[in-house]
Amino acid sequence: MRRFIDIMLPLAVAALVLGFWQWAVTQWQVPVYVLPAPSAIAAAFVNNFSSLMAALTATFLITVAGFAGAVAAALALAILFSQSRLIERSLYPYAVILQVTPVVAIAPLILIWIGFEHITLALALLAGLIAFFPVLTSTMLGLKSVDFNLMDLARLYGASRWQRLWKVQLPSALPYLLSGMKTGGVIALIGEVTAEFVAGSGTATGLAWRITESSNRLEIATTFAALALLALLGVAIFAALSLLEWALLRRWHESALRA
Amino acid sequence: MISLNGIAKHFPNSTQALRDLSFKVSEKEFVSLLGPSGCGKSTALRLVAGLLAPDSGSVQYPHGKPEIGFVFQEPTLMPWADALTNARLPLDLKHLPRGEAEARAMEALARVGLKGFERAYPRELSGGMKMRVSIARALAAHPQLLLLDEPFAALDEITRNALGDDLLRLWREDGLTVLFVTHSVSESSYLSQRVLVMTPRPGHIAADITLPSGRDGRLSPATIAAQRQISDALNGAGALA
Repeated sequence: MRRFIDIMLPLAVAALVLGFWQWAVTQWQVPVYVLPAPSAIAAAFVNNFSSLMAALTATFLITVAGFAGAVAAALALAILFSQSRLIERSLYPYAVILQVTPVVAIAPLILIWIGFEHITLALALLAGLIAFFPVLTSTMLGLKSVDFNLMDLARLYGASRWQRLWKVQLPSALPYLLSGMKTGGVIALIGEVTAEFVAGSGTATGLAWRITESSNRLEIATTFAALALLALLGVAIFAALSLLEWALLRRWHESALRA
Repeated sequence: MISLNGIAKHFPNSTQALRDLSFKVSEKEFVSLLGPSGCGKSTALRLVAGLLAPDSGSVQYPHGKPEIGFVFQEPTLMPWADALTNARLPLDLKHLPRGEAEARAMEALARVGLKGFERAYPRELSGGMKMRVSIARALAAHPQLLLLDEPFAALDEITRNALGDDLLRLWREDGLTVLFVTHSVSESSYLSQRVLVMTPRPGHIAADITLPSGRDGRLSPATIAAQRQISDALNGAGALA
């Protein structure tokens, strides 16, 4: 029953807001290039269905590729740091600098270096750059938060460095990695959209490009349709990562038991 | 089996944990290392296990280094793995074939009374049961020497007594050598054959008491007499001051 209410209440709010929106736009005759009615947005969605879906697919694939690369790189670097304090101290400041520099500021350079003929690669790289840091820091924290007695025990039983990493450190860092991935996955999408905006109109790619293009032509209903898809994509990414977290931690981790 | 000779050990903050610590433990003996908190008895146990190296002095195994089982004060289990996988850890680390490792871990769990709980995760087990998994893990390695660092300190008295009796049974059945760190006079008086009383800052052995046999109960006159003897030694060493 609680569950049912948890689903029904937000849906009721959505119905109310959309209903009011539809009514207000009609009642006050708001121009369609300022605020289209929900029905107009739905129509724009249907009329542009194939091109919107192509854009959604492009944005999704680029984001996922960038994010996957970021997770792999962050995990590898966090493991490297956990094995050598010297390497950590030498390289970590650069990881911080990379993060505090806004991705929008690096985007033009990346686009020029990689070139517009490889635009998807450039966009994926920018999405990955922004997702990289939260995954790195949380995985580093996880690898450091390992139970020291358990590590001692592994040493006592003659575990190699690799065995300690694989059997003890990585599993205990898993909740931290997954939490970093939830943050990283969502901001990878932000990075991808930002990069598409910077790449501009010459490069027909994903949803952000559709937003720029349709608003330039004052097809605001299409803009809204693309925006709605973008929001849905963000929700889907977060939901998928939450599901992954639940599936991997539900048997043993406190966070998955309370939820 | 173990011989510690003139051991000194400083903590990283340079306070001296142990000074001129020397004692021997013979094969199949049950020895308690008794002392107040902070007297360095856990440090001594880690030295015996080879997890720490002494600043000076030596830890020797005259007949070669035995297979060691270690039980911490906390159960120190892997929360992501079930009881069987936890008990199997030492064997997995030694690359035993999976089937053999599993069989030995099952047997060890059964011996500590956890038959039927092989697939339970640590969070599903009580404090006492978690400690039993921890003991099973130590047993699965088929140790000759069992090192326990205040293993029952965090448990309630009823559970503590039950686990103490189980430990005695396992010691007798397997012909183990046990070095048992504790701060409980009653526990050491009942369980061990010999009690090494340690004084703190820096820790060393203040008394080496061999207890008479025939302490066949926690409240038997012989056990009570042993308690008095150990308490007197602690008082004499100024440890209770």
